[in-house]
Amino acid sequence: MIPELGHYALVLALMLASVQGIVTLLGARLGEARGAMLMAAGPSTAIAQAGFVGLSFLCLMWSYAVSDFSVANVAQNSHSLKPMLYKLTGTWGNHEGSMVLWVFILSFCGALVALFGNNLPASLRARVLGVLALVSVGFLLFILFTSNPFERIWPIPEDGRDLNPLLQDPGLAFHPPFLYLGYVGTAVSFAFACAALLEGRVDAAWGRWVRPWTLFAWCALTVGIGLGSWWAYYELGWGGFWFWDPVENASLMPWFLATALLHSAIVVEKREALKVWTILLAILTFSLSLLGTFLVRSGILNSVHAFANDPDRGVFILALLFLTVGASLALFAWRAPVLAPQGVFAPISREGSLILNNLLLATLCAVVFVGTLYPLFADLAWGAKITVGPPFFNAATFPLFFALLFAMGVGPLLPWKRGDLWAALSRLKLAFGTVAVFVIVYVAAIDRALLPLLGFALALWLVLAAATDFADRIRLGSVPLADSWRRARGLPRGIVGGIIAHAAVGITVAGIAGKGIAPERITLMQPGETTTIAGYVIRFEGTHPVSGPNWRGTEGRLVVLRNDREVAVLTPQRRHYPVANMGTTEAAIHTSGFADLYAVIGETAENGATVVRLHFNPLAPWIWAGTILMALGGVVSLMDRRLRVGVPARRRASAPAAVAAE
Amino acid sequence: MDGVREGPDRPLAAVLKSTQRGGSTRRGGSTRRGGSTRRGGHACPPHPLQRARLPLVAALVTALALPPAHAVLDPREMLPDPAQEARARDIGRGLRCLVCQNQSIDDSNAELARDLRRIVRERIAAGDTDDEVVRFIVDRYGEFVLLRPPLNAMTIALWASPALLFGLGALSTWLYLRRRRPAQSAPAELSAEERARLKGLLTE
Repeated sequence: MIPELGHYALVLALMLASVQGIVTLLGARLGEARGAMLMAAGPSTAIAQAGFVGLSFLCLMWSYAVSDFSVANVAQNSHSLKPMLYKLTGTWGNHEGSMVLWVFILSFCGALVALFGNNLPASLRARVLGVLALVSVGFLLFILFTSNPFERIWPIPEDGRDLNPLLQDPGLAFHPPFLYLGYVGTAVSFAFACAALLEGRVDAAWGRWVRPWTLFAWCALTVGIGLGSWWAYYELGWGGFWFWDPVENASLMPWFLATALLHSAIVVEKREALKVWTILLAILTFSLSLLGTFLVRSGILNSVHAFANDPDRGVFILALLFLTVGASLALFAWRAPVLAPQGVFAPISREGSLILNNLLLATLCAVVFVGTLYPLFADLAWGAKITVGPPFFNAATFPLFFALLFAMGVGPLLPWKRGDLWAALSRLKLAFGTVAVFVIVYVAAIDRALLPLLGFALALWLVLAAATDFADRIRLGSVPLADSWRRARGLPRGIVGGIIAHAAVGITVAGIAGKGIAPERITLMQPGETTTIAGYVIRFEGTHPVSGPNWRGTEGRLVVLRNDREVAVLTPQRRHYPVANMGTTEAAIHTSGFADLYAVIGETAENGATVVRLHFNPLAPWIWAGTILMALGGVVSLMDRRLRVGVPARRRASAPAAVAAE
Repeated sequence: MDGVREGPDRPLAAVLKSTQRGGSTRRGGSTRRGGSTRRGGHACPPHPLQRARLPLVAALVTALALPPAHAVLDPREMLPDPAQEARARDIGRGLRCLVCQNQSIDDSNAELARDLRRIVRERIAAGDTDDEVVRFIVDRYGEFVLLRPPLNAMTIALWASPALLFGLGALSTWLYLRRRRPAQSAPAELSAEERARLKGLLTE
């Protein structure tokens, strides 16, 4: 009964979304006077739609919680012995359920726009809700026609086939919702972009509405990607954290563009320039989110991929992709010329630096796009099978990354409209000097490999540049400390958030560079034997069997000694999940906050000799600490006063002054 | 066979046997394994994704994951000479495990990857240069094994793309900026219609 209820709720949601889409767009077309009644229907349908999709999602979750194996989806992806946490998170640990989550988050965001959009112009709000509803309709149709999660099976199996054990992990359990929040957040920016094109008007108020949604999407994407890479690091057993795999790239491309959009929206908001480009970015960002869905769902890039088993889905998503991208780009080509450019500026200025940011990020995105799709292209064009792997992506993106990281330090110091590059650089001379000293010391004392060195130097540069920016803004040193403190408290949170996020990028880069100088040791160890790595002595004390609720396995015991003192005990495991008939490796990690000691065990022979793989990863935890800090910077920025207060009214008052100032 | 991914208690003898088995480097062997959809029990292919139909996102990340993750290189496979072993690792990092997704043979625990690692080491021990080792493998498995696509007529567009894309972007940025110079942007003259509206507004 519950599954049928969920199914029915989805159908109702589809009806509501269709009504919402048609009525609001029609109402906005008819205009303020004649369409008011129609437009007024938007918010209530949006909220009701979110309610029904939410109900449907809860029904599915309920089926998982009580292990209702008469539902095919549950039977294929769950098991009665699975811990409750993973039963619940298993709701989105599969294709159908994840699509329901996707639409739920989408409709939820729509409801938020409906609830808190009172200060938007009525027609703009109606159009945003209309576009969101159309996206919803597409995905609801997709779910109902090709991926119904509530399908029953007969006979009812005694037990389920279990969730892929690699997914039974806290990091991965919460990775999908974050990534979806990110994708769907870009859908809201997309809806705003389409609505602005329909309206034929983009102003600072529009920029202020788009920016928080983009920020929100960006934060969620950042956390989602970070969680995924963290999980890869501790779960996959060889200490890597990024593999340039097509599916990874599918999440990275929208992130690049969302980052670019985040910055160009600032220009729209502050200076009313870059409007057309910002609209295009918003459209492209969402398109790439959809493309990612298509790449993963259709399986065209990896023949051994999971989703290749259902070409219908791929075709459906491809159709959806063409429709959305095609329609929005056509709308763009048709309406973009209407948007009058404003806000003049010199190339060397804050605007100019943000354009450079956009240029580099868009190029990065395009390069990753080309690299990811090239094998497909080569196959179609020449019938040749080629691989584009990490060596290409590293070679192609590193120069761009380095340029980006360097420019990131300088850009925020340039004033709006017209800047002096030398003045900005000379404010950074202390940072320059420190980095130079660091490079000399590092080369002399630690290591000479070029890439890690560049990484460390740029990481330091970013942190110091962010610190310089902050110190300058609060006039540290040139006014009494109490004054500086007052200034620090008075800084707009948008500025503080930006400073935090830029420094956080430095921290992540340092962590990534650290992986470049990480020593590793792979040995065959008898119980009682010792080995050394990075100044630690590791004593292997043998293995013993362990078991969990739905797995059994082997656990190794490694005692970590430093100066003959026991520092930690590492217990890496190899697990076997009998239902899924799959194994996983559970790495054991001892972290000091500055470095990780990382251990994995391999096969154990009858005499107890075991393959032990040890890594010493300097600064590795910083990769994810930096990621979290980046997202935190985004959250701080989201709390900025101007995003909380009724903005459009205030903006109108100040606009003439800004124009006069030119 | 069915090595590698059996339970954790797999006896060492079996491991050694499977790596020493003659003829296991045939290409056909790998294809057969790759095409199998049996659950569990064989090397890399029942890619986790294949079975579990992950959500998009989980997939996004899991694909990093690639195969069941027991990638612990066995020291018994290694060459006694550290310099030669380092060369083997370098070469291995650039070769793709054919039955996995996007994984190098160094990172994969698939049987085919193990075989390839062994071939690389055999060739190095036989005195081949790095290039010769790679050519030996490409001759047998095709360019698909190279994680770094070689530069040729087919991939020139790929390798040129970063510079081209950046150049294109920089050019359009320059054109855009040139148009937006402050000096060149005197406000446009009012049209007749606008002038009439202005007059109307002023006299209101």
